[in-house]
Amino acid sequence: MTPSTSYSSQLWRRLAPELPADVEFDSCGTLWVAVDEEEMAEVRRKHRVYSSHGLHAEVLSPDGVRRLEPNLRPDLAGGLLVSDDAVLYPPCAAGFLIEQAKRHGVQVRTSTAVARLLPDGGVMLVDGSRLPADRTLNATGAWSPDLTPGLPVRKRKGHLVITERYPAFVRHQIVELGYLKSAHSVFKDSVAFNVQPRRTGQVLIGSSRQFDAEHSAVDQHIVDRMLRRALEYMPGLAGLSATRVWTGHRAATPDKLPLIGPSIEHDRIWLATGHEGLGITTSLGTARLLASLLLNRPTEIPPGPYAPARFAGRPATPSTVDHVDRTHSQEPA
Amino acid sequence: MRPVTILINGRPHQVPRGTVLAAAIAEALGPALRRSVSGQPRGPLCGMGVCMDCCVTVNGQPHVRSCLTLCEDAMEVRTNE
Amino acid sequence: MSEQVLKTDIAVVGAGPAGLAAACAAAESGLRVIVIDENPWPGGQVWKRDKRGARGAGRGAGPVAQARRWLRRFNASGAMLLERATVIAAPAAGVLLAERAQQPLRIHWQRLILATGARELFLPFPGWTLPGVMGPGGLLSLAKQGWPVKDRRVAVAGSGPLLLAAAYGLKRLGARVVLVAEQAPFSALAHFAFTLGPSKLGQAIRFRSGLLGVPHRYGTWPIRAEGEEQVCRVALTDGQRTWIEECDLLACGFGLTPSVELPLLVGCELKNRCVQVDDCQATSHPDVYCAGEPTGIGGADCALVEGQIAGYAASGQSAKAEALFGRRSTWHRFRERLATAFALRPELKSLATPETIFCRCEDVTLGTVRRFSSWREAKLHSRCGMGPCQGRICGAAAHTIFGWAVDSVRPPVLPARVASLIAEAAASAEPQATR
Repeated sequence: MTPSTSYSSQLWRRLAPELPADVEFDSCGTLWVAVDEEEMAEVRRKHRVYSSHGLHAEVLSPDGVRRLEPNLRPDLAGGLLVSDDAVLYPPCAAGFLIEQAKRHGVQVRTSTAVARLLPDGGVMLVDGSRLPADRTLNATGAWSPDLTPGLPVRKRKGHLVITERYPAFVRHQIVELGYLKSAHSVFKDSVAFNVQPRRTGQVLIGSSRQFDAEHSAVDQHIVDRMLRRALEYMPGLAGLSATRVWTGHRAATPDKLPLIGPSIEHDRIWLATGHEGLGITTSLGTARLLASLLLNRPTEIPPGPYAPARFAGRPATPSTVDHVDRTHSQEPA
Repeated sequence: MRPVTILINGRPHQVPRGTVLAAAIAEALGPALRRSVSGQPRGPLCGMGVCMDCCVTVNGQPHVRSCLTLCEDAMEVRTNE
Repeated sequence: MSEQVLKTDIAVVGAGPAGLAAACAAAESGLRVIVIDENPWPGGQVWKRDKRGARGAGRGAGPVAQARRWLRRFNASGAMLLERATVIAAPAAGVLLAERAQQPLRIHWQRLILATGARELFLPFPGWTLPGVMGPGGLLSLAKQGWPVKDRRVAVAGSGPLLLAAAYGLKRLGARVVLVAEQAPFSALAHFAFTLGPSKLGQAIRFRSGLLGVPHRYGTWPIRAEGEEQVCRVALTDGQRTWIEECDLLACGFGLTPSVELPLLVGCELKNRCVQVDDCQATSHPDVYCAGEPTGIGGADCALVEGQIAGYAASGQSAKAEALFGRRSTWHRFRERLATAFALRPELKSLATPETIFCRCEDVTLGTVRRFSSWREAKLHSRCGMGPCQGRICGAAAHTIFGWAVDSVRPPVLPARVASLIAEAAASAEPQATR
């Protein structure tokens, strides 16, 4: 839970009534599940953190967990329900935000590839033409180092599986506590149980993390591990009909926090990248933070932790901040 | 060859052995056997397992292609799920 | 959860004419061959037979006799048939992952022959989603397996030689075929018929004479199907006048389109939605061959020759493969004439209105889909192609109507149980050799 996560969650909740149906915004909540007493201690710690940020969270007994999600295996140690968490369908959310931007006079050009960012502002397109600007924002996620060489952003590959429609099989996003160890582990490939209901009744199954896996092809050994893990927590998933397995690349930084603000080398080139698994969740907060910084206005949350300048000439240090895939990445088609 | 009796929405229906499930359902109920995601009536289109418009629930298992499933004794079929 | 692992020299996917011919050619030389097919019985689509008790045996040299000969040869060849098995993925080089009886199955192969056939091309028009509107091949196939057609009025429309074959087959099963409407102009068909060899011509004449009394129209296509819970009439036009035919069933399909999902997944190169192969039916992927419709729609005879060549080539019998090159050339010329004669007229791309359903699985209308400029965009933003058919039906229509490239395939190649997506249930399993 970072300031930007809770800040962004509030912004999403405020925006929710305006979102069209195809965005599929669903306040289904997140259920963290623990398998033993060590993980239950972590549940209680998380409960304190959420409460200190003013967010609703409830510690659950094994019975409480079963009542909420009968398809989970019965011998869990308990869980934590964060009822205000939501999921949505990112491509249509992005579509909605683009329409909003256009209404404010923003010109949106698609199928237009940028070759490089110009240090004195603006971009050069692949066809050789230039678009001048006072500021340029690099928000290209896992590919941001292509346009800003040397950026401490690495591709972190993930796999997802989606099923046919099984309404009410899963009612909340469910995440294992071990997810945190997976998101934090820097070197090893890891998997962690994570399911999410879609409004359609389809079940989205994840999650996995790999470094140094640049290609987007499905890695069978990772899918095997991910699904075996998922079946440990939710044996009934075994019989559901799956229609697609695909991959995506997250943008990962050494300290697990995004880069939001002016880049180190050029003050006309700004960054909004490195959000790892929290891109959708923190998109709105990132945007407002950036707007405030660009317009020299007071920011609603402290910008310091996200300043790209923090990587100027210093070795990266790990942090113990929670990260969670509360809203899932898009389905690359 | 001995005929086969299946249950379609709880009612027994007898067919020759070797009858495909989609055909048995059409005989019993007509060509419509499910509802689309927005509630429109649907029936088989391709007859070969590609279109997924012939899917019914067989022995409790949803999303089963009836055009590729042979009728078997005591098979329980639910349509319009 | 048990896991079956099989090891073979040659794996053949598809038990239609091409797959059976390939399996025979390879297995008769003593190699281990496994054929994998989704259907309960071999023969693919074109050789589907009525298995429901005693029906009159086909006589002579027609397609039924041809099918019987090949099936007998296949049964004697030593090849192993895994029926009711669905290939899901190609998780590693030389490995296929399949699902059979709801259990995962891994097949380790040295050479792979893809004979995945074709499917009917469906183009949307108002009312095409009504129950009772089916592909001509689909309806014939279901009718052979018990679908009630006796005394039902069936209108057959669309395009391709399959229309005539389906109309004939349905009439033999007792249907009242009220009309056969081919969109290609009569001149194109006459020219095509003129070039047919004796066997194909004989077949066409047999179909046509079996359909005496049934009106045949050319340069005619359907524009609307009507009905409440099922189809009860269809509106057709010849470009000049429009009229209505009352019917209980509408068999409508616009030719065939290759099933290339598995070749794409395995990494074979395609051109114009056909798998590229060399003289020996070898694809761009080492040790992978392809035969039959996925290399170009040519019918069963073409598939048989290509299948044999692939089987001989894959089993190192190059002299036997080369001996068939001449025969294959003949069928390839037929294949080209087929494409020319039955080319789809442009009006067929505009039959649907904005309210017409384009993606059947997800009920996405044409109005929604045509806002986008690529298949990928349409899938991401509208759910078109994201349903259980995995974009097979609407993708083929999108390619025909919008010219979109529909070529991204992800596992599973067909929907499968989550448990079946796991290639290795335990750390390692020792493959058992077949035979």
